[in-house]
Amino acid sequence: MNFRLLSKRLLFLLMVVWAASTITFFIPRISPKNPVRERFAELARTGGFSPEDLEVIVADYSQRFGLDKPLLQQYGDYMWGILRFDLGISLNKFPKTVMQLIYESLPWTIGLVFITTILSFILGNWLGALAAWPRSPDWLKNIATSFVLFQGVPPVLLGILLIFFIGFKLKLLPLGGAYSIGTVPDQSIGFFLDVLRHQLLPGIALVLGSVGGWVISMRGMGVTIQGEDYVTFAEHKGLGPRVIFRDYYLRNALLPQITGLALALGNLVTSAIVVEGIFALPGLGTMLNSAIRSNDFSVIYGIVLFITIGIATLMVIVEFLYPLLDPRIRHQ
Amino acid sequence: MKPVLKVVDLEVSYYTDAGRAKALDRVNLELNAGEKIGLVGESGSGKSTMALAMMRMIKPPGRIEHGQVIVDGNDLTSLSDEQMLKARLSQIAYIPQGAMNSLNPVTRIGAQMIDAIKAHSPNMPKDKMRARSLKALESVELKPEVFRMYAHELSGGMKQRVCIAIGILLEPKVIIADEPTSALDVVTQRQVMETINKVQAEIGAAVILIGHDMGLMAQSMDKVAVMYAGRLVEVSTVKEMFTAPKHPYSQALIRSLPKLDVRGVFQGIPGLAPSLLRLPSGCAFHPRCQEAMDKCKTLRPENQVLASGSRVTCHLYGEGA
Amino acid sequence: MSSVTLSNTAIRQPNKVTLFFRYLRRNPSLTFGLLIMLFLVIFTVHGLLTINTKDAYPLAVRPKMPPSFQYPLGTDFFGRDLYAAMVIGMWQTAVIGVFAGALGTIIGTIFGFISAYFGGFIDAAITSICQILIPIPAFLIQVIIAGSIDKRSVTILTMAWVVLLLAWMGPTLVIRAQVLSMKERQFVSVAKLSGMTSLGIIFKEILPNLLPFIAAAFIAQVFQAVFASFYLAIVGLGPVREPLLGNTIWSAQTQGAFFNGWWWWPIGPAVAMILILGSLALINMGMDEMANPRIRRSE
Repeated sequence: MNFRLLSKRLLFLLMVVWAASTITFFIPRISPKNPVRERFAELARTGGFSPEDLEVIVADYSQRFGLDKPLLQQYGDYMWGILRFDLGISLNKFPKTVMQLIYESLPWTIGLVFITTILSFILGNWLGALAAWPRSPDWLKNIATSFVLFQGVPPVLLGILLIFFIGFKLKLLPLGGAYSIGTVPDQSIGFFLDVLRHQLLPGIALVLGSVGGWVISMRGMGVTIQGEDYVTFAEHKGLGPRVIFRDYYLRNALLPQITGLALALGNLVTSAIVVEGIFALPGLGTMLNSAIRSNDFSVIYGIVLFITIGIATLMVIVEFLYPLLDPRIRHQ
Repeated sequence: MKPVLKVVDLEVSYYTDAGRAKALDRVNLELNAGEKIGLVGESGSGKSTMALAMMRMIKPPGRIEHGQVIVDGNDLTSLSDEQMLKARLSQIAYIPQGAMNSLNPVTRIGAQMIDAIKAHSPNMPKDKMRARSLKALESVELKPEVFRMYAHELSGGMKQRVCIAIGILLEPKVIIADEPTSALDVVTQRQVMETINKVQAEIGAAVILIGHDMGLMAQSMDKVAVMYAGRLVEVSTVKEMFTAPKHPYSQALIRSLPKLDVRGVFQGIPGLAPSLLRLPSGCAFHPRCQEAMDKCKTLRPENQVLASGSRVTCHLYGEGA
Repeated sequence: MSSVTLSNTAIRQPNKVTLFFRYLRRNPSLTFGLLIMLFLVIFTVHGLLTINTKDAYPLAVRPKMPPSFQYPLGTDFFGRDLYAAMVIGMWQTAVIGVFAGALGTIIGTIFGFISAYFGGFIDAAITSICQILIPIPAFLIQVIIAGSIDKRSVTILTMAWVVLLLAWMGPTLVIRAQVLSMKERQFVSVAKLSGMTSLGIIFKEILPNLLPFIAAAFIAQVFQAVFASFYLAIVGLGPVREPLLGNTIWSAQTQGAFFNGWWWWPIGPAVAMILILGSLALINMGMDEMANPRIRRSE
């Protein structure tokens, strides 16, 4: 298709990944804190081994993690590791690698993010388009506007309110967790429904929390598109409102929203991670929470890096799909 | 001859925070089939409002206060919204200043022609619609390949032709062309005007050409109508308008045109166009008029037909003069 | 009849205050957002004047009490009066938001100016740094920064700095775009032709015209800063000893507040945070509508 654009975007992706990994490499190292010592000092307080032992253990671990090598060599090793998808070893769950841990929890996060993003994108854009459309009935505009009120609210807060009203007061849905305590994960429909029940509240929180953003941007886009000459000319042609809405208004207004989707991915994933923590769902978010709590730094850095690379990749993919929808870019 | 277009006492207001602005003030106009009239006036004088009002496309905060637009015996203002949709393009068509942005950027030109036909005759067979679209493209001298192209692949002049082709798809009785040449270079302007003249002759429609360019009007129009502050102050034949304009504003307008034989300073029109929010009482032009009389300040002049055939709205003429 | 058509009294221009209120009526987001913000400010100021600050910290009052007349929002597991904690928490949120928001806006404005005004290599460098940093989720980088600071030494101000480090790119790009468009406008050319210096043009011609955009960027930045500090606190990276709203929710969650029936513990700070972020978002939206009249609804 367009080779120059393609290579330019790939280069950009590499730059983003490089910047993210460099930041995650250097920030902890310019900090006066020694993560390994921090981690084992905590164990020493609870587990009761002597300060001398602590020094030995710290030295041993530092060697094992290559922390005693010159900084530049560490940086080289680190970048080489990233290229091989090697994000190091967990400090807390020792023999397991960070990648193993990420693979265990990734499906949960992907499932949640994917479904809620698609749902909120469709719902939000549909409502936003209708809200800006002069012929929509007032009640519909009011519904759309009421979603706007959720726009500034982080999904995690909606999650807390949902837990309170629906989980705690009405006892309709569980307060958290991936599946009911005591059930054994299997392939049965019953287990699947149980999981779905547990995903419902976090899912609703995420959809409600992100719909408003789409409504606002789509409404703004819609108003702009309606001022475009081609929409006015379509009316002059005597086209019915349905055709104008579908072919002239929606099709054009949706295009920038798709670019917006790529840009919003970071926020969506961030929100999902925090929501997972509140609902104790076994995804990357809960893993991050427990890593923060137990000072498992290699896992913290690993998750951050993994998500950043993932998002940058998705952004580039969206950008490559975009020309299929917009003939202006296709022909350039 | 029965006029194909009759605009009767058309009045349009815009409601703003600062009050009501009269954008069109009791405008009357008649046009015969095949007749071409140019509509001129300063920016904001109501030319485009008039075009939109005739298409019944005035949107809030604007409103058609009263008046009639009669095309071929049908009063458009009395039609239902549904019927008006059908009347657009088939009875009265509007050709926008299309060089910029009047075509949908994401669908093919052909699709944009076919959906226009489909909106008026949904049961027409596909190939017939296609044939009709290709014929329209041909009459504006575009290649049939344009049918499968996108707007961004066309030049400004080609886009304008496409807009004209869409305008004549259903052979309307009246065509309104709103500054169709203003964004084009001089050579293309001329070609587009020739195209308009050619298709107009083919389908015998009446044409209203909106614009600033008096030269263009003189070349290809039959009559010229002059608007000032939402009022039609004079309607005359081109010859009459350029040799003996009647209304003091038209006279000033003609005087302000550059002439080849008299070199020197351009003559402007002193003063500024009034705000539509606070029009001067009486004749709206009186503060700028060199021949203003006392009654011009209080009494609004009526429209009258002079012996020369010109219609003029001024106290200098008629029984009171 | 064709006498006087419009009398002058019918269209008298209303004065500015009336026009402002008429505008507020057509811009409900701005009105509503300002009202909530006013309420929050009154609540916090009134609270700060009446509470005992000590009650917001552990072991001050009887723990685990549901809301009552004495403790309108209840008390938590650690013996904090949740009303006092909320007042302090809102104050601290405001400090973080305004500090990081203002500094981020100032830095962004300066960078944006430099970038747009001087162009060339500087411009290319600044914009590409911004473009590379923007796709990286700021929250995740903030997690790393906050995680690399000794937990016990995290204070409200360190929080603000952490948030600030990744908060200047947005305003930089916005201001840059505005300055670029303004450079093209006539009043700048006129100033240049009349022999004004670069600095003179920046301060006398461009800056005043930029003020609305800077104000809008500031509100957006405050929102981002409050949002970011809240997310950091809610995953346990906040200043653990302070009753920051996110911290309170985090500790409620780690103590299993809902499972244990202490529903009032997380609900208060959650509602407060919703009001803060909601009002900022509404004001932001209202200002967008004001700055970009095309979004204005025609009524």
